[in-house]
Amino acid sequence: MTYIAKPKLHHPGLVPNKVGFTHRDYEGSISTLCAGCGHDSISAALIQACYELDIEPYKVAKLSGIGCSSKTPDYFLGPAHGFNSVHGRMPSVLTGANLANRDLIYLGVSGDGDSASIGLGQFAHCVRRGVNMVYICENNGVYGLTKGQFSATADKGSRSKTAVNSDSPIDLVSLALVLGATFVARGFSGDKKQLVPLLKAAISHKGSAIIDVISPCVQFNNNPQSTKSYDFVREHNEAVNRIDFIEPKAPITADYDAGSTTMVQQHDGSYLKLSKLHEDYNPTDRASALAYIQHHHSKGEVLTGLLFVEEQTDDLHDALGTVAKPLNRLGEDALCPGSAKLADLNAEYR
Amino acid sequence: MSQVMAQPSVQPIAATNDFVVKFANVNGSGSASANELFARSILRMGVPVCSRNIFPSNIQGLPTWYEVRVSGEGWLGRRGDTVDLMVAMNPQTWNKDVDSIEPGGYLLYDSTKPLTSQKLRADVNLLGVPLMQLSNTLEGTIPRERQLLKNVIYLGAVAQLLSMPREVVEGLIADQFAGKDKLIKLNYKAMRLGADYAAANLAGKCRLKVEKADKVGDRIFIQGNDAAGLGAVYGGATVCAWYPITPSTSLAEAFTAHCKKYRVDPVTKKNNFAIVQAEDEIAAIGMVIGAGWNGARSFTATSGPGISLMQEFFGLAYFAEVPAVVFDIQRGGPSTGMPTRTQQSDILLAAYASHGDTKHPLLFPEDPREAFEFAAKAFDLAERLQTPVFVMLDLDIGMNDWLCKPLQWDDKRRYDRGKIMTAEMLDAGKLFGRYLDVDGDAIPYRTLPATHPSKGSYFTRGSSRDRFAKYSEEGAVYVDNMQRLLRKFETAKGLVPAPVRRKAKKDTRYGAIYFGSTSPAMDEALATLERQGLHLNTLRVRAFPFSEEVVDFINAHDQVFVVEQNRDAQLQKLIVNECTIDPARFISILHYDGTPITARFISGAIAERMRATRKEAAE
Repeated sequence: MTYIAKPKLHHPGLVPNKVGFTHRDYEGSISTLCAGCGHDSISAALIQACYELDIEPYKVAKLSGIGCSSKTPDYFLGPAHGFNSVHGRMPSVLTGANLANRDLIYLGVSGDGDSASIGLGQFAHCVRRGVNMVYICENNGVYGLTKGQFSATADKGSRSKTAVNSDSPIDLVSLALVLGATFVARGFSGDKKQLVPLLKAAISHKGSAIIDVISPCVQFNNNPQSTKSYDFVREHNEAVNRIDFIEPKAPITADYDAGSTTMVQQHDGSYLKLSKLHEDYNPTDRASALAYIQHHHSKGEVLTGLLFVEEQTDDLHDALGTVAKPLNRLGEDALCPGSAKLADLNAEYR
Repeated sequence: MSQVMAQPSVQPIAATNDFVVKFANVNGSGSASANELFARSILRMGVPVCSRNIFPSNIQGLPTWYEVRVSGEGWLGRRGDTVDLMVAMNPQTWNKDVDSIEPGGYLLYDSTKPLTSQKLRADVNLLGVPLMQLSNTLEGTIPRERQLLKNVIYLGAVAQLLSMPREVVEGLIADQFAGKDKLIKLNYKAMRLGADYAAANLAGKCRLKVEKADKVGDRIFIQGNDAAGLGAVYGGATVCAWYPITPSTSLAEAFTAHCKKYRVDPVTKKNNFAIVQAEDEIAAIGMVIGAGWNGARSFTATSGPGISLMQEFFGLAYFAEVPAVVFDIQRGGPSTGMPTRTQQSDILLAAYASHGDTKHPLLFPEDPREAFEFAAKAFDLAERLQTPVFVMLDLDIGMNDWLCKPLQWDDKRRYDRGKIMTAEMLDAGKLFGRYLDVDGDAIPYRTLPATHPSKGSYFTRGSSRDRFAKYSEEGAVYVDNMQRLLRKFETAKGLVPAPVRRKAKKDTRYGAIYFGSTSPAMDEALATLERQGLHLNTLRVRAFPFSEEVVDFINAHDQVFVVEQNRDAQLQKLIVNECTIDPARFISILHYDGTPITARFISGAIAERMRATRKEAAE
């Protein structure tokens, strides 16, 4: 965690977006992560995505668990409240926060240790519930803060300085698909051009949007053999599609070929224009997507892009039938039945 | 054993409105509703009762008991371990059940088949009713129905033996099956079968009697979990996250039921509440803390094992200062322990929950009425103090029907949402430091997420930080914060419910401290001791942290009995730990076999110690 505040001076040339904020307003404190850490690139992508989406930065809640990745919410969206909770339990804290105020945008930031090891249970259940959130797993296959132990996403046979991993890896993308996530993507911290539109699409999605971002750990897991290294991912990155995010109400001017392009309308009216890079990949069919991902994984490829999306979805609030007004703004009039009702109730207990 | 009974060697017990009836059943046999009907019938006659359900961690086939204390004098605790009338419906527990009958007491049993090898006692009066045979005369019923109706037949017989008017029982049957005329008729028929048999064959054999009185007044008969769930509704809780665990489940279920009744928006039909059954207790408390952080009143209900699982989160909420309300319905520990038995054995666990230096406010309601009141109050306290607050119930209060004063609510009452800094305050230039003590009460202001476009945001974390929520590993900064948290706990002393002090009729150097579900048994024990010329002043502790009044009380007595339902004298140890007290003043009175503490146990144990110390003093 940094204790170095960024200077507040704004460059006069900074361009405000539609809601009057400049790029600067989306930044946070100075990162204390290692130079070259993939996580910082993800923070930068988040800053850009939120700026471009014209989100008022303070209307976002950033939640995380414990680990290098979980420190990052301090490094973006300074005007937003952040909650660095306990290890592996970000999903439950985020779920509760979301229940209290459905009007905010919830960014859950986690890592592979936080999500796939200690927090696998909470990861699974928040996905099942369809909590309206963007869940970003900054996946590097190792524990950085405790100096390089394997996490549950590390490949079988992965080598560290002192050990070889003999456990099978957990693929959070496949798991999310099985658990019913309505938006599943994989990105690479080294490919901002792909990551920013993915994040924008995820933020606009209603329901649980899961993004697994391969984010190399330069300190402990960046050897060329590691499938979580810059070199390996650059070499084996197979993007199934290219995503263009089209804002709600924006005219869809560009011509598109239905054969090579899929248009997906989201709940908020935005469109996702998906240009096919793998002709036979269908990101709207859960079962075939899952089979495709597993097949290509066995060939040593890292499939990235928008892997699955469901067009019109319900979230946890729909399932619970909660009022439109955030629960944290309800007062006595809506909450307290009053003494007359209690008198009637007393009579029932006699 | 011979079937020819010797004459009882002692006089049959004769008592009016003052006796104990126990029903020994097999669980899953449908006895619960008939037994409850019996207790409610007596209440309808204006005679106070208290009932206790002693049940196994099982769905079908294991022993279960329902004990009803009938007390015209109004004693609502368990009297002791013995009963005056045993309705023995369970062959598995026959011997133990027969043993528990007072000399001169009564044993009602199914006399369809002759008693052969069963244990009998010469000093117990037999009341045989051929239940099975009678149930077989109910035409047009299937065996399962006859099994259920057998319970109603014994209910009829017992009511007749106790001289209870039939119309009272019939009235309750009609209420219970309102709208189902066929069932009402069938149950009437079964009830009358038992009553007629008892009238014809057992007249005058039972000298226990219920007589109409006017001692119940406007009191209600309610379970603590139900009352606490309702208290959470009145207290403005909007988020409930929970995981099923006996004996707390019925609290979350009660909250759900009351919300469906009172919290659905009349226009939109949408819910002014959110209830999530979490995947485990850790997730449940995580959701509660997330919601509390974001400004909703939130709670979980659990029991000891759940509290154990939630430890790490309690530390986070304590240190990051997030409001949360936790209902701990205590059961017999450690480990799985006795899941369906009662104890007060989570006191230390809850008081110091989590690693590092932590302490948490605890509330100790004495009955369902106070469970309702403290439930609502807990939300005010949690938001005022920005910390987890524990409402320490137990299985006895939570899952038994208690006769208590009606629940009350003052419509002028407003929720205390604590210190929340608003956008207006920030714009007015008010200094915001998330962990800054501006008012001298050690309680800082908090902002809720999305309060202001550019001011008041901060990063909540479980790691050390300065007064302005900036990360810091500086020793002095850490100590400054920890000291403030201690001062905040001092502030809590003035906010939690004060203890209740009661003076004996004569001056005495003996005192007694008790709390929670021990109350009704304690009341009766004190009356018994007084009749024996043994006087004690008492203090009922209602919360932790302990106010100065607790220390004053202890210092005003040479010897202080501390009555608890756990092995290790946990409340006493907490007092010794937290207050400047000479531990030698204390004498522990401990009851922890899993059954609710009894008046006879308390009065017996205290009398013995008081006489012993008097004798020592005389020597």
